[in-house]
Amino acid sequence: MSGPLSELLSVPGSAPPPRTVHTHCPYCALQCGTRLGHALGEVTVTPSAFPVNQGGLCQKGWTAPEVLSTADRLREPLVRGADGRLAPAGWDTALDLVAGRLKEIRRAHGPDAVGVFGGGGLTNEKAYLLGKFARLALRTSRIDYNGRFCMSSAAAASNAAFGVDRGLPFPVTDLGRADVVLLAGANPAETMPPLMRHLDRAALIVLDPRRTPTAERAAMHLRPAPGTDLALALGLLQLTVLDGRLDHAFVRERTNGFEAAWQRALPWTPERTERVTGVPVAAQREAVRMLADARRAYVLTGRGAEQHSKGADTVSAFVNLALALGLPGRDGSGYGCLTGQGNGQGGRELGQKADQLPGYRMIDDPAAREHMATVWGVEAAALPGAGPSAYELLDSLGTAGGPRALLVFGSNPVVSAPNAGHVTERLAALDLLVVADFVPSETARMADVVLPVAQWAEEEGTLTNLEGRVLRRRALLAPPPGVRGDLEVLRGLAVRLGEPAERYPVEPREVFEELRRATAGGRADYSGVSYERLDAGEALHWPCPAVPSGPAHPGTPRLFLDGFAHPDGRARFVPVEHRDAAELPGRDLPLYATTGRVLAHYQSGAQTRRVAGLTAVEPEPFVEIHPDAARRAGVTAGGLARVVSARGAVVARVRLAESLRTDTVFLPFHFPGDGRANLLTGGALDPRSGMPEFKVSAVRVEPVDVVPGGAVSV
Amino acid sequence: MKRILVVGNGLAAHRLTARLAALGHDGPVTVLGAEPHPAYQRTLLGSVLGGDVPASALTLSAPPPGVRVLTGVRVVAVDRARRVVRCADGTRYGYDTLVLATGARPTGDVHTLADAARPVRGRVAVVGGGVLGVETATALRRRGHRVVLAHGGPYPMHRHLDEVAGQLVAARLESWGIELRLGGYVPASGTLGADTVLRCTGTVPETAAAREAGLAVRHASGSIVVDERLRTNDSSIRAIGACAGTPDLAGALAQAETLATLLTGGDTRYVPLPPILRPRVPGLDIASLGASGPSGAPDEVVTFSDPARGRYARIEIRDERISRAVLVGLPEGTAAVAQLSDTGRPVPEDRLALLLGGRTKAHGDDPAAMADETVLCHCNNVSKGTVVRAWQHGARDLAALAATTRATTGCGGCTAAVRAVCAALPVPEEVG
Repeated sequence: MSGPLSELLSVPGSAPPPRTVHTHCPYCALQCGTRLGHALGEVTVTPSAFPVNQGGLCQKGWTAPEVLSTADRLREPLVRGADGRLAPAGWDTALDLVAGRLKEIRRAHGPDAVGVFGGGGLTNEKAYLLGKFARLALRTSRIDYNGRFCMSSAAAASNAAFGVDRGLPFPVTDLGRADVVLLAGANPAETMPPLMRHLDRAALIVLDPRRTPTAERAAMHLRPAPGTDLALALGLLQLTVLDGRLDHAFVRERTNGFEAAWQRALPWTPERTERVTGVPVAAQREAVRMLADARRAYVLTGRGAEQHSKGADTVSAFVNLALALGLPGRDGSGYGCLTGQGNGQGGRELGQKADQLPGYRMIDDPAAREHMATVWGVEAAALPGAGPSAYELLDSLGTAGGPRALLVFGSNPVVSAPNAGHVTERLAALDLLVVADFVPSETARMADVVLPVAQWAEEEGTLTNLEGRVLRRRALLAPPPGVRGDLEVLRGLAVRLGEPAERYPVEPREVFEELRRATAGGRADYSGVSYERLDAGEALHWPCPAVPSGPAHPGTPRLFLDGFAHPDGRARFVPVEHRDAAELPGRDLPLYATTGRVLAHYQSGAQTRRVAGLTAVEPEPFVEIHPDAARRAGVTAGGLARVVSARGAVVARVRLAESLRTDTVFLPFHFPGDGRANLLTGGALDPRSGMPEFKVSAVRVEPVDVVPGGAVSV
Repeated sequence: MKRILVVGNGLAAHRLTARLAALGHDGPVTVLGAEPHPAYQRTLLGSVLGGDVPASALTLSAPPPGVRVLTGVRVVAVDRARRVVRCADGTRYGYDTLVLATGARPTGDVHTLADAARPVRGRVAVVGGGVLGVETATALRRRGHRVVLAHGGPYPMHRHLDEVAGQLVAARLESWGIELRLGGYVPASGTLGADTVLRCTGTVPETAAAREAGLAVRHASGSIVVDERLRTNDSSIRAIGACAGTPDLAGALAQAETLATLLTGGDTRYVPLPPILRPRVPGLDIASLGASGPSGAPDEVVTFSDPARGRYARIEIRDERISRAVLVGLPEGTAAVAQLSDTGRPVPEDRLALLLGGRTKAHGDDPAAMADETVLCHCNNVSKGTVVRAWQHGARDLAALAATTRATTGCGGCTAAVRAVCAALPVPEEVG
C-alpha cells in the first residue's frame, strides 16, 4: 500500500512540488494516513493502510482538499481601515502595523497587556515556536490555547494518576484485541469514525445521555443524567468492591491511595447512584461484571465526561475505577483519553499552555526554567511565569489588568469558546485583535489585522496523534501566492519586536531540531525523534530520548508496563467526590442542554462549513429533543426553536429523538451567528484543569414564529 | 467562637463535619459517637453480613483537621438551659449549636457494625419480612446459609407492596432457596428450628434524649420535628437524618449539606425528596414510592404484569406526575420512575418505554424494504440508492463499491448492511 520510497522522503524547498505525498488528514486526533495526489487539476486524497485508519477515511477526510481552494480563501493580509472595513494590505504594512501597535501597548501597559491564543490543530513546530515567541518576543505570561477546552481535564487526571499525560498510553491498534471497552462520554463513531474499526471485536459499554451512533453499537448503553458521570464512576467503584471484583494484588503492588478513594465512594451505594444518575442498579452491576470478567479491557473517556466544571475529578473517578480493576499498565488493558483535535497531544506539551514549557515541563519548576533558558539563550529570570487558563484569558480581554491586544493562531473562539456572546464582547473590547488563519473565520472577521497562512497540504511539519506517535505532515502544494507559513509570520513579528532573526527559524525541520533539544529530559521527550527517522517510516511514540551512542531509542508505544511515571513507580488513586453542575435545570429553565459534535463537521466548522458535501449533510444548527419535551415546548419536527439559557439564545432546527432523555436537549457547536451553541454555555471552570462546563447548561425551548415571507422573528 | 456539638457519628454527621470544614467553619466541632468505632457507612451493613466485604471496609475517612470525634460516648441528657449534654460516663459537653444525628435504633438484632460482623452459624431464622428482613435474609443466603424468613404479613414487605408485587418477591426469594413462613403468628421468642435467630423487626428513630429534653417529636413515628432550616423547637438545636424522620441515605446527606451551609452563614432550605423505598437485594429490583402518602384518586393507573418473567408495575399518575408506584423486576423502569419522582417531571407519553427502558426498535431492517434514501454509510453519507446504482453499473464487490461510492470506508460498520443490500439485488442478465 505504501508508495515508493521517494514519495516518503521529504522534499527540499527548492525542488518542484511532488506529484504525490504521504501525509495525514487535517482534522481529528486520529490523524488518518492519506496519500495526496493530483487528478484533473484537483487534489485527490486516498486513505492509506496506516495503522490507525487501516485504509478508512470519513467524509471529512475525503473532502478535505476542497478547503485548500475554497472560494473565500484568505490570500493577502487584511487591515481594518478608518472606515471600519477590512481591506487588503501588503505583508510589510500589516506586520509593521501589528508590531508597532504591540510595542505601543506594551510600553503603555506592560508585557502582559498582550495575549496569545493558540490552537490544538497547529503543528508541533508552530505550537513550540508560538510559545517561544510569547515568552521571549512578547515576554507575556498570557498565552493559552483552545486545547484547554478539549483534553485539559483528562490531562490533569492522567498527570495526577500516572505522572504523565499521553492520551492513549498504548497504540490504537491494541484496542482491536480488547474484549470490553467502556467509553465514558465518547462518540467516536461520529467524531473519529475509523477508530471504530478497532472497536469491532470488543463489547462496548457506552455512557452517554444520548443514544449516539456509538451507543447504537454498544452491548450496553447507560444514559446518566448530564453532569452525573462522576457519581456513576463512584458507584461503579463501590460495586467493583462489593461484588468482589477488586484486583487486590494490583492495588497492593502497583498503586497508592486506594483507601482514601474508596472512602469517597462509600456513600455511593448502587441505589443512590441510580437515583442520582438514572442508571439502573442492574446495569451498573452488569457493566462492572463485564469489565472485570474481560481478559482485556479498557476504560476510555471523551469530552462527555471531561467538559464539566468537575471534569478532572470525573476523569479521576474513571481512572480510579480502571485502577481498581487492575487495567492500567498492563499489556492489552488500560485507561486512555480520546484526544479531540488533530494535534491536541503535541499542542498541549510543547509550550502554548499557560503553565507549561516544551516537553511537558511545568513553567513554575526552576529546573525546567533553567533548561529552557539555556536552550533559548536567555536568563531564566527573563521567562514569564504561569498565566491564566483559556477562558480566564478570554474573559479578561480589554478589562483593567487584562490584555489589550490578542494574537490568535489556529483558533476560532467566537464560535468555540463557552459563553460565546460574552467572549465576543471581550474580543470587541480589545485595542488590537490579530488573527492568523486560512479562511475568514468568525473570529478573523472581527480582527483588526488578518494574516493569511498556509494549510495542511501546503506545509511540512509534525503532529503527535492521540496515541503519542509523532507523525510527518508533508506538503503537496506550495501555498498560494500572498500566503505565508505561521513560522514565517512569527519570525516577521519577532524581528520587528527587536528579536534576533535566528531565534525564529522558518524551516519546520530546523524548528524541530531545536524542539528536540528543548524537550530532552522532559516528560514528553522528543529528542530521539528526527525527520529522517520519521521519513524512513519508523513508528515513534514519545518518550523517545536521544541516545548518545549505540542503537537509537525505539520510542515507547506502551507506557507504564514496568512502572508508572511517579518517582515510586506506582499509580495514584485520587480521592474525588461528586458535586452538582454549576447550574441545574429549574422552573424557568427546565431542561439540560448538552453540546457536542456531528460527523460532518469539525470543531468551529470554519473548515467543514466550506465543503459542499458536508454542508449538504448538516447545513444548519439543530436541536435534538425528545418528542414529549418538544410537545410541551410547542415545537415541532423540522420547525425552528429558540433555545434559551441564562446567557443567551440559539435558533435551531428541531429534530426529534425518542431515544434521548426527556430532560435533555443536544446542540452541535459547529455553527456561527445565532446558531452558536456556545451562546448557551457558561463560564464555570474546573478548578484543576480550567475546563469550562460545555456539557451542562440549564435551558428552555420555545417556538420561533415564522412570519409570512419566510423571515424569522426572533 | 461558635461551638458545634454533633451527637451521632454516622454518615450524616460525617458529611456535616466535612462540609463545615470545606465551607470554612472555624469554630470548634465535636462529634460524640455511641458506637466504639470511627464513623462508618451503615447502609452497607448488609454487605458485611453477606460476607462481601470485611467490616473494616466500611470505615469512612478521618474527620477534617480540628474536628474532635469521641467514640463510645452515649449521650443521656440534654440540658437546654445550660446548653450542655451529659453522657453515660458522666462527662459533659457544652454547645452553642447542638446537632442531633443519632439515627435510628433497631427493634431487632442487626444494627451495628459489631452485629453485622458477628459470625452467624448454620441455619438462620430471620424474623420480620420488612425491608430489613428481606435484605438480611438475601445477604445471608448469598453467603450460603440456609435461611428461613418468618413474616407476619401475607407476603414480604406487605406495607409497601401490593399483593401481585409481594407474591413476585416471595417467589423470587423462594427460588433462591429462602424458606418463607408467611401470614402466621411469629413468636417473640423461639428458634423456628434454626441455629441462629435474627430479629429484623424494624427501626425507630433514636430520640430518647431529645424527648427527655422536651424537644417536639412526631406522635406516630417518634422522630424529631424540624423545620426547613432543620431547626427543632429549640433554635439552638438542629436534627438531621433518621432521628429527624428522614427515610433514606440521600435525604440524610442532603440535610447534612444544607445544614453545613446554614451553619456557615449561607441561606438555603432543605426540600425533602419524595421518599422511595428501594431495598438492597442484588439481582431483584424492587421499588415503592408514595405508599404512605395521601391517596387521592389518580387520573390514570398504568399496570404492567409479566409474572412468568417476574416483572410487574403499577403506577398511579396525577397531573402528569407519578403519585404512587410499585415496581418489581423492572430495573430500567425503577431508575426512570425514581428520577421522575425526584425531579417532579411529567411522565413520558410512552408508558411502556418508561417501564422497559425506552429501547428504540432494533436495527437490521429488511434491506429489500429499505427506502432508497436510507443512509447506509453514515461516515460518508452514502444512501442505499447510491450503492444500488453503483452495483448496477458494475461495482460488484465491496472494494469496487468502496472505490465508487466510499461506502464502508469510514468506520466500516455498514459493511454487513451494504452486503445485504447487494445480495438482495437481482443479478442483471449478461448482455452479448
